[in-house]
Amino acid sequence: MDLASISPVLLLASLMVAATPILLAALGELVVERSGVLNLGVEGMMITGAICGFAAAVETGSPFAGFIAAALGGAVLSLLFAGLTQVALANQVASGLALTLFGLGLSALMGQGYVGIKPPPTPRLDIPVLGDIPILGPILFGHDVMVYAGLGLCAAIWAMLKYTRAGLVLRAVGENHDAAHALGYKVVRVRVMAILFGGACAGLGGAYISLIRVPQWTEGMTAGAGWIALALVVFASWKAGRVLLGAWLFGGVTVLQLNLQAAGVAIPVEYLSMSPYLITILVLVIMSADRSRAPGSLGRIFHATG
Amino acid sequence: MRLEKILAGAILAAGLAVPAAAQDPTKVGFIYVGPIGDGGWTYEHDKGRLAVEEHFGDKVETVFQESVPEGADAERAITQMALRGADLIFTTSFGFMEPTITVAKKFPDVKFEHATGFKTADNVSTYSARFYEGRAIQGHIAASMTESNVIGYIASYPIPEVIRGINAAYIHARKANPDVEFKIIWAYTWFDPAKEADAATALIEQGADVILQHTDSTAPQAAAEKAGDVITFGQASDMAEYKPYPRVSSIIDNWAPYYIERTQDVMDGTWESQQVWHGIDEGMVEIGEITDAVPGDVKAEALALKAEIASGDYHPFTGPLNKQDGSAWLAEGETADDGTLLGMDFYVEGITGKIPQ
Repeated sequence: MDLASISPVLLLASLMVAATPILLAALGELVVERSGVLNLGVEGMMITGAICGFAAAVETGSPFAGFIAAALGGAVLSLLFAGLTQVALANQVASGLALTLFGLGLSALMGQGYVGIKPPPTPRLDIPVLGDIPILGPILFGHDVMVYAGLGLCAAIWAMLKYTRAGLVLRAVGENHDAAHALGYKVVRVRVMAILFGGACAGLGGAYISLIRVPQWTEGMTAGAGWIALALVVFASWKAGRVLLGAWLFGGVTVLQLNLQAAGVAIPVEYLSMSPYLITILVLVIMSADRSRAPGSLGRIFHATG
Repeated sequence: MRLEKILAGAILAAGLAVPAAAQDPTKVGFIYVGPIGDGGWTYEHDKGRLAVEEHFGDKVETVFQESVPEGADAERAITQMALRGADLIFTTSFGFMEPTITVAKKFPDVKFEHATGFKTADNVSTYSARFYEGRAIQGHIAASMTESNVIGYIASYPIPEVIRGINAAYIHARKANPDVEFKIIWAYTWFDPAKEADAATALIEQGADVILQHTDSTAPQAAAEKAGDVITFGQASDMAEYKPYPRVSSIIDNWAPYYIERTQDVMDGTWESQQVWHGIDEGMVEIGEITDAVPGDVKAEALALKAEIASGDYHPFTGPLNKQDGSAWLAEGETADDGTLLGMDFYVEGITGKIPQ
């Protein structure tokens, strides 16, 4: 055993990277669920975003264009879900599951020609002065732009939900869609926009995996990250700050368990592999022991005449 | 009425024409564990399949199924292929061993070839390559080039094949550089780019400046390239897109000659169950180009080692060697027998950590 070889600074730095895809997808789903819609299609939208982003980045040579395409791809796929649940009033659970299965198949089809190709590298944001600070520099200021985008998005969503009128309307729609409707808010329009936003975020999360973290395209490469993001939203009691904490925790334990293995810690590998899931759930369950609860209209179908 | 007559005539004509035109082509099936575009293991098997097609032309028809999971699903996939009339089926991953044996019992007329396993039957052969010969050369280059004296190893499953590779690399790394240390991560997958990338990153963060991999994707190569001063080796395939750096050499599995030979045997009716284990000598294991990133003297040593192994003058497992617990395994000058190698379930002395059970 050689625990001294694990560098806490590098561990924290790679924690931020490992947490980003789940964070992006979970933030999108948070907004969707706060508007009262349960979209179980996160995994499908993520993997679709992963291939859309990858393909666009390879074709144009620009990772930036890749991320735009990923957000668009995720949003377009979520439009299907919006149509089913908000217009055709289909069951949200079934539609969401179908979206995941569809997304996995669609992405495999789209990715046929992109297996084994290298994407253009995404430049690391080297912040001149801050990046040179010992310890804090490498942890906080040596990442690619998407890591900061994730953090910024988290702060923005938190502030939007807490302080702005738009956030209030979104929450009203999610808590009680009949009351919101009676007050004259366009329930369906708000929800469709929330679903599109959620799709775009999931797409970005997927592209982060295919363009930066791996970077490569393979079928099914998100490997369940979408489901983790979904679970994270619930365990985080629909709060943006806790989603961030949960994502860091999950990413952190994932990275730590690989490091422990490399350091030769004598814990069976199987236990180490399941530890990220166990620890994240445990911590968030303990934290959600307060009186927070799900949005009142979550998963319920809204029909204006009803 | 007239239409029916025409149709009947057409069917009759077709029925007569087919046997006259050509004999039924021999149908050869392949079961792959990963996608054919993985750039590694499955990619090379598929190159073998294409070589069979090119060699025999119209006389063969090949079919394949990719990304078949090891386990119950594999049995279904192999059965499906046998039902579709395959005469010869190659199952190309260790985890397909039991399903292959089970299906083979149900189809006594179909010939099966299982890669890297050890169970045979009247209609099941095994074939594998002595990858450990290549691992020995990798270990030598790795230990000669490392500056941190830490070599990271991404292992897949704790099976003899993988353990043999770790041991071979370690023995020759220690010979070249006695201070060298191995850090091993068991990924429990043959192919999962995200996991392989994370594992490579964790090893690099712990000071490894050489990454050896026994998983099939190029993700660890990409992680090494990102880190900048880390070298890697192509696994199963050349992985030439990462040449000349970080990929400094590779082990290439060349299955084509074997696939062609066995297909020919089936055509001639001379196919017999056998166990084949070929190495550098027979050309089943090839060492990919050693790039200029490797110092000239190290390259020369590596090539000399390769020549010695190929000629049979030197066996990578030559005593004196002890097992990890310190007990004696091979005496001075003694070489390991194939039986021990095929069932290898122990580390040699000096490797830290335990093999997961």
